[in-house]
Amino acid sequence: MNKLSGKERYKSGVIPYKQMGYWDADYVPKDTDVIALFRITPQPGVDHEEAAAAVAGESSTATWTVVWTDRLTACELYRAKAYRSELVPNTGPGTKTEAQYFAYIAYDMDLFEPGSIANLTASIIGNVFGFKAVKALRLEDMRIPVAYLKTFQGPATGVIVERERLDKFGRPLLGATTKPKLGLSGRNYGRVVYEALKGGLDFVKDDENINSQPFMHWRDRFLYCMEGVNKAQAETGEVKGHYLNVTAGTMEEMYERAEFAKELGSVIIMIDLVIGYTAIQTMAKWARKNDMILHLHRAGNSTYSRQKNHGMNFRVICKWMRMAGVDHIHAGTVVGKLEGDPLMIRGFYDTLLDTHTPQKLEQGLFFEQDWASLNKVMPVASGGIHAGQMHQLIHYLGEDVVLQFGGGTIGHPMGIQAGAIANRVALETMILARNEGRDYMREGPQILEDAAKWCSPLKAALATWKDITFNYDSTDTADFVPVATPAI
Amino acid sequence: MMTNHGNRITQGQFSFLPDLTDAQITAQIEYALKNNFAVSVEYTDDPHPRNTYWEMFGMPMFDLKDAAGIMMEINNCRKTFPHHYIRVTAFNSVRGVESPAMSYIVNRPKNEPGFMLQRTETRGRQIQYTTRAYVTDKPAGERH
Repeated sequence: MNKLSGKERYKSGVIPYKQMGYWDADYVPKDTDVIALFRITPQPGVDHEEAAAAVAGESSTATWTVVWTDRLTACELYRAKAYRSELVPNTGPGTKTEAQYFAYIAYDMDLFEPGSIANLTASIIGNVFGFKAVKALRLEDMRIPVAYLKTFQGPATGVIVERERLDKFGRPLLGATTKPKLGLSGRNYGRVVYEALKGGLDFVKDDENINSQPFMHWRDRFLYCMEGVNKAQAETGEVKGHYLNVTAGTMEEMYERAEFAKELGSVIIMIDLVIGYTAIQTMAKWARKNDMILHLHRAGNSTYSRQKNHGMNFRVICKWMRMAGVDHIHAGTVVGKLEGDPLMIRGFYDTLLDTHTPQKLEQGLFFEQDWASLNKVMPVASGGIHAGQMHQLIHYLGEDVVLQFGGGTIGHPMGIQAGAIANRVALETMILARNEGRDYMREGPQILEDAAKWCSPLKAALATWKDITFNYDSTDTADFVPVATPAI
Repeated sequence: MMTNHGNRITQGQFSFLPDLTDAQITAQIEYALKNNFAVSVEYTDDPHPRNTYWEMFGMPMFDLKDAAGIMMEINNCRKTFPHHYIRVTAFNSVRGVESPAMSYIVNRPKNEPGFMLQRTETRGRQIQYTTRAYVTDKPAGERH
């Protein structure tokens, strides 16, 4: 199928996308191009290169029919170009999965407004996901050019400055989400915050759906939480924080809540992913201006990131959120209750933390990415983790992470302070052992048992949760590993 | 007396563990040297959580690659300031970090009276909080 040009190309009617100029196997992407990698499942009978061209067309300039007004523009430049399409390993005839293709599409940077995630995403994940010619479509990865990255503020605070402000170095931070998620009064809620912080955690956190409900309005929550934070700070001599969730129905209400958190002296506020990209970017600017750390809960992401054939990979959300400017994002635990293959999670963490990420197909990183000095985002590991897994958590997640033990703190048989002590002792003892050069992954259980001899809260924690694991297969796994990564 | 775990301020990486022995401290210094961090010894008698700038017991030891030598500096500091807080901080100069990478306390006063939380009632139900270390009521040098 040849590319058409001139009069032939612009004859009224419908021609294949490939012929309209959205497929160019010879195209060499420029350093300034945005590149997107899609996983395409074409409709039966649709050629995969045509499907790739259609995705390129529908996510850039095309409509379903030829329009002469293209000729008033430098249309060649504005057309996205699909330049590569290849069969996804282990799909197609002879496998259990129908044929899928990885399509590489390059977009000129001028297709996008500087500094706007909303504009970038309106093209890349706009109309195209409902497009009939593809049966399913998933955005797997993106390469963002340095020139475009430089139009974004990036994380308001970043890992380095966060650590300096909190005066906490060389170990993961410890947190917990207040439980039960819903129903506590402000006074009772603050009790959990105080106990956990005094016991030894660095942070306590609102849950994603704690906003301002009849059982606890937001001002009450903020006032009681800050009493807990300040009291625990004085009891321990350490900087402490509670992520006050400022998510609300309108921007005006979010500003009001954020301002109140600032007035009360909170070091950190929190928002939910469901508030939308523009609201997130707006709050990131606010946070930079007001010396505030900004925590993002990824509420809602699994509706589109979990299934392998349709939606988008979480690593793309990580990239967008680093650009949008959040300081924390929940990025998986490997060993906890929520979805997460170890290699995939490593890919998310590297995306958030590295100054430069090389291509690593086994981690799902399809492109080399220079992060152009954007601050690092602190990954947060939350959901079904406990002190007995400390060696695994440090092994898989490293030291730049917030480990959030919600149930694993509040559910401790000797109380919340004891739960926090158990977690902190487990953490410090494991970091000490790691730094001493011990094989802490293998010796981990013994290292914890040894500490439990002098720390009864840790002993009780190990006894309560020692056999709790969540052994399910991950749905989001690498396409380029010869053997499946076992869930831990 | 402080009423938290260990009855002590819990700044730094290892405050929840029993006080580190010299052998344990040396192992941590070796870890720092292996990672090309520059080790520094700092002391203070003001334990306020936002007292960032402890006094430097000399400059960071950029060129000293010997853990025993650094341990000697720590012991010199302990001898000079036996009742102060002393911490070991390790600086990582790699691009993208350029900040402390480790920080842990290796000496502390016998008695740690802790902090007073001062509440000033302001508008509505709002309270202005101030944390004040009891020891800093006395002038520097006369605190422990």
